[in-house]
Amino acid sequence: MKYVDEFRDGALAANIVSSITHEVKPEHTYRLMEFCGGHTHALARYGVLGMLPANVQMIHGPGCPVCVLPIGRIDFAIRLALEHDVILCSYGDCLRVPASDGMSLLKAKARGADVRMVYSALDAFQAAVKNPQRQVVFFAIGFETTTPPTASIIKQARAAGLKNFSVLCNHVLTLPAMEAILTKPDGVPLDGLVGPAHVSTVIGSEPYQLIAKRYHKPVVIAGFEPLDMLQAILMLVRQVNEGRAEVDNEFTRAVTPQGNRKAQALVDEVFEVRDSFEWLPVSGLKIRPEFIDFDAEARYPDLIYRSVPDNKACECGAILRGEKRPQECKIFGTVCTPENPVGSCMVSAEGACAAHYTYGRFREAA
Amino acid sequence: MSTTKSNYSRPLDFKNGCVEMSHGSGGRASTQLIESLFSPAFDNEFLRQGNDGVTLPAPPAGCRLVMSTDAHVVSPLFFPGGDIGCLSVHGTINDVAMMGAQPLWLSASFILEEGFPMADLQRVVVSMAQAAKEAGVPVVCGDTKVVERGKGDGVYISTTGVGYVAAGVALSGDRARVGDVILLSGTIGDHGMAIMSQREGLQFEADIRSDTAALHELVAAMLATGADIHVLRDPTRGGLATTLNEIVRQSAVGMVLDEAAIPLSKTVAAACEFLGLDPLYVANEGKLVAICAAADAEKVLAAMRAHPLGKEASVIGKVIEDASCFVQMKTSLGGRRMVDWLTGDQLPRIC
Repeated sequence: MKYVDEFRDGALAANIVSSITHEVKPEHTYRLMEFCGGHTHALARYGVLGMLPANVQMIHGPGCPVCVLPIGRIDFAIRLALEHDVILCSYGDCLRVPASDGMSLLKAKARGADVRMVYSALDAFQAAVKNPQRQVVFFAIGFETTTPPTASIIKQARAAGLKNFSVLCNHVLTLPAMEAILTKPDGVPLDGLVGPAHVSTVIGSEPYQLIAKRYHKPVVIAGFEPLDMLQAILMLVRQVNEGRAEVDNEFTRAVTPQGNRKAQALVDEVFEVRDSFEWLPVSGLKIRPEFIDFDAEARYPDLIYRSVPDNKACECGAILRGEKRPQECKIFGTVCTPENPVGSCMVSAEGACAAHYTYGRFREAA
Repeated sequence: MSTTKSNYSRPLDFKNGCVEMSHGSGGRASTQLIESLFSPAFDNEFLRQGNDGVTLPAPPAGCRLVMSTDAHVVSPLFFPGGDIGCLSVHGTINDVAMMGAQPLWLSASFILEEGFPMADLQRVVVSMAQAAKEAGVPVVCGDTKVVERGKGDGVYISTTGVGYVAAGVALSGDRARVGDVILLSGTIGDHGMAIMSQREGLQFEADIRSDTAALHELVAAMLATGADIHVLRDPTRGGLATTLNEIVRQSAVGMVLDEAAIPLSKTVAAACEFLGLDPLYVANEGKLVAICAAADAEKVLAAMRAHPLGKEASVIGKVIEDASCFVQMKTSLGGRRMVDWLTGDQLPRIC
């Protein structure tokens, strides 16, 4: 497959692994965080983790949209679907996220809620056009990659004068999440970061200068293919060896310094920063008052958002901050499995726990 | 079929008519449907007995009987490369064949939804009859029920198959042994992606056809080599990954696969890439996995490749010792990962 196979080539991979192995200093441990769940998944799926020298440790970051979704937000969506009889549209991964009282959107569907899996925000918009008698709510999640399409669809809904479409906005921001990890006093020590792929196509590589300059951490933006990952790891090892802390861009075929200006403008027009979004200050987005007609939180004012604490035994919080590995959680693989997830990291294919459970747990058994 | 003159004033309208509740009530309309559609399509000496049950010849001495049943609820009913009719024949023949048996007879049970177009029903039944005829496995008894509109999805078909397995043939999912070789008869994921390409909201233009096919002749050719085959299984729902996980659990062994050796068409690979699906978990309806003694692998592989349904057969891995019963895979990149059970539902209603 053109433009895919080239980035999964075994011979090229062996070359890069050989360079990494030669260039790492044996006395140093390289603790590198891949921010994105997409990277976490690629590392596990292609078996990259087992190809790296033992002193290059990949620490899984929080960049999995489903994993950072507060339970209360899912509860909110479930109540909308069950009590307000709306058509609730969401991306597939959200449907299985465990909510309060053993519920999930999928279980709500089994109890009669009209929950529909969509592949894009446009599908939700079209559901509203096709069902003028019903209210349609799009449960929007994701970092900067999925925010522009949500903004675009809100504008289209306004242009079309749709009265039966609204968005429950759960969009979050990459840089505040990165900073939260780097500033946490007892947080995980890091030598460098693999920067997001798709997010960076939107925001560009420039914003990461803040991370490099303020926190003195090298950042290498990488594509989601396994060779992208290996090359980025090699570039990070070189920066660490040379004592540099700069923003490098491995993913030049898609990421520019400025990013996608048009998408950024669209997002600015429709969204503003939320004061708080559960686990981090100023890390979430909400719909601007100008578009309040399409804000599900405003349309259903009787639904009061309730914060819900995570399951006590679940280590998702520490795992998302890179402080624990999935296999260090007491309930990993026993009480918490992909079939019966306790925490959200076990739900999405991009979640650190699901990736390790699905692709990597043979390593502990060996 | 009855030779007495029909006393229905109006023949069934296969052009514009549709299934009505009366077609399942057991009265004249039911009989008319059977005599105008099912009986002529499936006609054979056993069906002609015309009783509530069918009497069948006993197996030859030393042979054992094999029986398997399968319900088919695929959506859409018609897809590139097949339809629910031929699928319901192939699916059950294959389940019987995977026991090393010669499939001999099928039963078919139809659950029809009120309002289902007669033209579609006829198309399904004709396809089913043709598949049974081509496979040489007649449908010898059947049943039809009708449910109210909105309580079904056009048509559901349940088939049961019976066959004989010869003395000395003992295939079972618990017989994989450390050192055995794993063979696969051809490309994976074709059926599931053919269905996916037709789904509402997802239609994409790709030349992907379902691989639905009856595998009993391929199995017979493999068994005729006299090779020491331990396990045969068709990787349907849940795909190759799920089938291999079933086998390692039954046999209490592990496996190591070689990703580069697993046949995969370029179009299926591209469609899976586009939709974020792993072809290892996508359904097949005309492929089989064989596990045999390493010494006989070449012999079995040659027999598979000599058959039209096994042209692209390949050795894809081997059975290893593993108390955890994991299926591992050497990735094309050069790494290693697990191939776990399917979680949840990758594709709903595929067979």
